[in-house]
Amino acid sequence: MFDPEKLKKLQEQKSRWEETTLQQSLADRPERMGQFLTTSGAPVERLYTPLDVASLDYERDLGFPGEYPFTRGIHATMHRGRLWTMRMFAGFGTAEETNARYKYLLDHGETGLSVAFDMPTLYGYDSDAPEALGEFGKCGVAVSSLADMEILFDGIPVDQITTSMTINSPAAVIWAMYIVMAEKRGIPMQVLGGTIQNDILKEFIAQKEFIFPPRPSMRLVVDTFEFGSKYLPRWNTISISGYHIREAGATAVQELAFTLADGFEYVRWGMERGLKVDEFAPRLSFFFNSHNDFFEEIAKFRAARRIWAREMRETFGAQDPRSWRLRFHTQTAGCSLTACQPENNIVRTAWQALAAVLGGTQSLHTNSMDEALALPSEYAVKIALRTQQLIAHESGVTHTVDPLAGSYFVEAMTNRIEQEVYRYFRQIEALGGVIPAIEKGFFQREIAEAAYRYQMEIDTHQRVIVGVNEYIEDEPIRIPLLEMDPHGYERQVARLERLRRERDNERVSSTLAALRQAARGTENTMPYILNCVRAYATLGEIMGVFRQVFGEYREPTII
Amino acid sequence: MTDKKIRVLIAKPGLDGHDRGAKVIARALRDAGMEVVYTGIRQTPEMIVEAALQEDVDVVGLSILSGAHMALFPRIMDLMRQHGLDDVLVVAGGIIPDEDVPALQAMGVKGVFGPGTSTDTIVRFIREHLS
Amino acid sequence: MTDHLVEGVLAGDRRAIARTISLIEDNGAEAQATLAALHPHTGRAHIVGVTGPPGSGKSSLVNALALYFRRGATGERGEGGSPKTVGIIAVDPTSPFSGGAILGDRIRMRDLAGDPGIFIRSMASRGSLGGLAWATADAVKVLDAAGFELIFIETVGAGQAEVDIARTAHTTVVVEVPGLGDDVQAIKAGILEIADIFAVNKADHEGADHAVMALRMMLDLDLGGTATVLHHGRLMEVVRTVTGGEEPPSQGPLPPARPSAWRPPIFKTIATRHEGVVDLATAILAHRAYLEQSGQLVQRERERAAAELETIIQQESLRRVLACAQGEKLAALIDRIVRREIDPYTASQHLLGG
Repeated sequence: MFDPEKLKKLQEQKSRWEETTLQQSLADRPERMGQFLTTSGAPVERLYTPLDVASLDYERDLGFPGEYPFTRGIHATMHRGRLWTMRMFAGFGTAEETNARYKYLLDHGETGLSVAFDMPTLYGYDSDAPEALGEFGKCGVAVSSLADMEILFDGIPVDQITTSMTINSPAAVIWAMYIVMAEKRGIPMQVLGGTIQNDILKEFIAQKEFIFPPRPSMRLVVDTFEFGSKYLPRWNTISISGYHIREAGATAVQELAFTLADGFEYVRWGMERGLKVDEFAPRLSFFFNSHNDFFEEIAKFRAARRIWAREMRETFGAQDPRSWRLRFHTQTAGCSLTACQPENNIVRTAWQALAAVLGGTQSLHTNSMDEALALPSEYAVKIALRTQQLIAHESGVTHTVDPLAGSYFVEAMTNRIEQEVYRYFRQIEALGGVIPAIEKGFFQREIAEAAYRYQMEIDTHQRVIVGVNEYIEDEPIRIPLLEMDPHGYERQVARLERLRRERDNERVSSTLAALRQAARGTENTMPYILNCVRAYATLGEIMGVFRQVFGEYREPTII
Repeated sequence: MTDKKIRVLIAKPGLDGHDRGAKVIARALRDAGMEVVYTGIRQTPEMIVEAALQEDVDVVGLSILSGAHMALFPRIMDLMRQHGLDDVLVVAGGIIPDEDVPALQAMGVKGVFGPGTSTDTIVRFIREHLS
Repeated sequence: MTDHLVEGVLAGDRRAIARTISLIEDNGAEAQATLAALHPHTGRAHIVGVTGPPGSGKSSLVNALALYFRRGATGERGEGGSPKTVGIIAVDPTSPFSGGAILGDRIRMRDLAGDPGIFIRSMASRGSLGGLAWATADAVKVLDAAGFELIFIETVGAGQAEVDIARTAHTTVVVEVPGLGDDVQAIKAGILEIADIFAVNKADHEGADHAVMALRMMLDLDLGGTATVLHHGRLMEVVRTVTGGEEPPSQGPLPPARPSAWRPPIFKTIATRHEGVVDLATAILAHRAYLEQSGQLVQRERERAAAELETIIQQESLRRVLACAQGEKLAALIDRIVRREIDPYTASQHLLGG
């Protein structure tokens, strides 16, 4: 991109500057630190010039938005055409309470739904299972059966709005409940749009909400790919997630490398099932974290698109440009929130969200200021949503596509992240691929190391976190926290008991038996799951079948 | 020539899988010279108390982010008492709202450490309470 | 205090067992008295060592074995012989920098939770280099005296030949995994001397058959065609080979008159799926029977007692000499050695003579 002669001159000029102006300046006002590091611990230079991006080839590395390699964005007009979907992750207590929250958010300008399920649901237990003690409705909404799903979306136009559901091990079952809920309202599955997270690999790597061993888990994931590619053309059957990897303590590079490696693993499994890559790859979507380091995050998103496009085209032979496009949802970094001085979290979230927008996100969740303390209150969640609206309509950053392209710093950082991601790819390959690397604890160890390093930087004051290790206050916390219905649990248990009494229990047994048979074989399990759901079999009953057939997984000991 | 080491059990009761904090603390306590029995995620109150008993630990550290602490901690503390483990120091960390802290302290949880607590603070707390 | 603990241990009280092990680990003065009181009640348990490289799945294998001995192959109590009570000591390395340790073996043993017939204790190596902690052998005695019938010791598995385990256990199971030991050279030296049984764990991984073959070749080389075998480092006269299962004896029928040698059998296991565990467990019991019938058990007890006594004498005399040579005198001697005014041999004569 640059004339070699000019670069040579520039190098001379830079040396001169270092010896004169810089030298003088350092003598007068020394720098605050010996080394400046990103949130991920990567060194940042004092100054970036064309010398740092000398090898950049505009057409090859950046191109035009909406075209390969999509570094500048997946749409030609990006946010000039359509703003990102403002999708707030929400759910708590009973389906009734969460339904009310969804209506509140939609009333305030939210443009997509995102369901948070409670821990028992995430682990495939009914609300009244002994394992669920104390967990009901705490981290999200409890959905134990189709009946709960019907209440959750009561009065919400699911044929017009897209819904994202953060569910992994039981993803196929929860998806089936959503499909049947719509079916009963006369909405065919073909028109449904949305996403199931369904990313089991990152559960083994970071989030730890796995149930079955990796291979049968992957089979269920591919079952949903196959089913979705046939019957739900508007549904993203997976959201390959770096978010939780980052939350577990990974660096930006680790987040990206591990997530993309997971993505390629899903592609391989889909192709092994006999699906053509272009049949399912366009429905793969991604989910990233936007952490504190503004430029590093933007560079990460740009590198992500470039790597995915290249690998999908060159390695997996995808022909359809839609298979090359990395579409992603972003959530601001929950782990960056502090329990003390929670109002500061509004500011943190704002620039993290800004980074996601400048990085070209397709949808966004902004954390509420109180999330290090509890589930968000209405008050807090509204400010978080407003933050997105402020960026969209007042900041001006949406007026042009990929405004930071060509910044020597951002391009150099994008290149560096890309190179380091490839280094991880080679390591993972050397270990035999993603699943063997999981079984050997590779990812878990890398993340635990990074998390510990980060904590030590804070503890030793190498890294300042406002309100935590500097500017500390002893003020009590004044923001109002969410109050949940104290009788929600009893109502849920009563509903479950009534359901088990009143449904056609013979039909439940026979559909569960058919599912067991299918699970033991190699057939796609989705049609069988749908039948169980239609018979009002509970989540725990359906997942119980899989638990029996597949067994439960124990993770390697990595600390 | 006694060589007394502080033994700590780090356990995650409840269902949430967020083990970042538990692992960071486990490492920090090891680096402070303690022996840390790490039992991992999804531990029932029964499993935690059984491990505390068999491992004869001086400290039990509970990490929970799911919000189920008010249901699980009373059971853990009851079982500890039933097994004669009254003298074991119990501390907790994770997402625990301030308003729950007095109740937890009343049932015998001596320290509650929220997000942002430095590992030094926890090491110091343990050393002070055991000496 | 001591009497109270001893009574508790003998009655199988879990708190007393746990406390006593801590006492031993912390090397308190009471530990010796307690151990002395427990000694007459030991010698009943069968002690099984489980060693192998990190990541070979030792904890999972111990978990699966313990489960089998408690509940039988299908999880039904009683199947596969009467259930045996099981004690487990799992050793993990102490950090040489901080003196702390992370003991994570219980993670893999969660199936055993809630069973009163099982006792699990994690132990840090605390500077001992042989794969066990100094206190491991004594902790085993506590579990033995408390009535546990089978005691598993899981070693650190840090990579060096862990000879301590062979001195402490009756039966040593060496765990290998495909991919680590597929090269004969990669199999740790010294392993043949300590192995009574081999388990090639994670047998569903690529290279399992290769690992079995490599081990078999090493055994064949070592046995030189005829079955001359080292048991715990002791050369034995061999007439015929009995194996615990993996392969039929290659020679024809031979007279069973003289003590038969044990050829370490090799099993493929997938501990996480409990596969191959029945055979492995059966071989452990077969090895016990072999030790009893061949007279090895008695002989080994003597060796063990001798080695233990020797160690205690070493430690105790060292302690006494150093105690006599008050700090200053010792420091002065060390200074003189460093200044080359005296050599360390002569200095030690000063101390021992003085």
